[in-house]
Amino acid sequence: MEPTEAELIAAVLKGETAKFEPLVAKYSPRVFATARRYARRDSEVEDIAQEVWTKAFQKLASYRGEAPFEHWLMRLAVRTCYDFLRAHQRNREKSFSELSDAEGDWLERCVRQPETVEEDADAARQLINRVLEQLSPAARMVITLLEIEDKSVKEIAKLTGWSVPLVKVRAFRARAEMRKILLKIAKEKYL
Amino acid sequence: MNVVDLEKKLIQAARQDRPSDKVPYAFEKRIMAFLRPLPTPDCWGLWAGALWRATVPCLTVMLLLTVWCVIPGANPAPASNLSQEMDNTVLAAIDQEQASELPE
Repeated sequence: MEPTEAELIAAVLKGETAKFEPLVAKYSPRVFATARRYARRDSEVEDIAQEVWTKAFQKLASYRGEAPFEHWLMRLAVRTCYDFLRAHQRNREKSFSELSDAEGDWLERCVRQPETVEEDADAARQLINRVLEQLSPAARMVITLLEIEDKSVKEIAKLTGWSVPLVKVRAFRARAEMRKILLKIAKEKYL
Repeated sequence: MNVVDLEKKLIQAARQDRPSDKVPYAFEKRIMAFLRPLPTPDCWGLWAGALWRATVPCLTVMLLLTVWCVIPGANPAPASNLSQEMDNTVLAAIDQEQASELPE
């Protein structure tokens, strides 16, 4: 019979480091999927995942077992991703002057015939990724969690450690920031 | 251009673009190797190693000193008996006092 998560965690806390491996193997897919929302390069994604697991190991004593381990780990993962975004804030793209042909075409069709535009087109994905990369770390985090992952304000507050009013304020500002960027694209393309 | 519509379409595109949850091969092994604590230094082992390494230089010095002592002429003989030299040194102060008390 395989040991439960609680037994594995208790063993790790007693000094049996090897018992941490099944937890890493089980939850790494979730950690990687979360990291890939915020980082594009494989090396960056792996760095984030490694950071998450290092923190999880170091802070394991602070896990009280009241909520599932996965929730605790996801909080750690989201906060690590936010730290990553803040650390790489200066590397954000500053201009949309290099829109690819496919992105330009998709944007043009979206303007002229919005009903015919496919939302699952590669160009649309590339474009939204570019827009997200231009957002500030807090705005990107809140747009990703609220709009893309469809989480509630309360869930975001728990994940990020921000208060509920702060999440609401940041969501409002993030939408405004995103619209400003979209207007900038429109101006660069059509003016 | 309707920015709100564009925003909605882009958000929809992002929702449909689910990130992969693929984990690199043997990632958990790498993490475990990273987390494994560094071995603590064994003080007795270090001391024994140092002693063992010092064996050859110590033997060499010992052999050289032995040779130096054994070879005749390499070590000049003392001028007089060691015990006599010792007595002279210790009693030098008394000898000087006695010499100064003697009438001229």
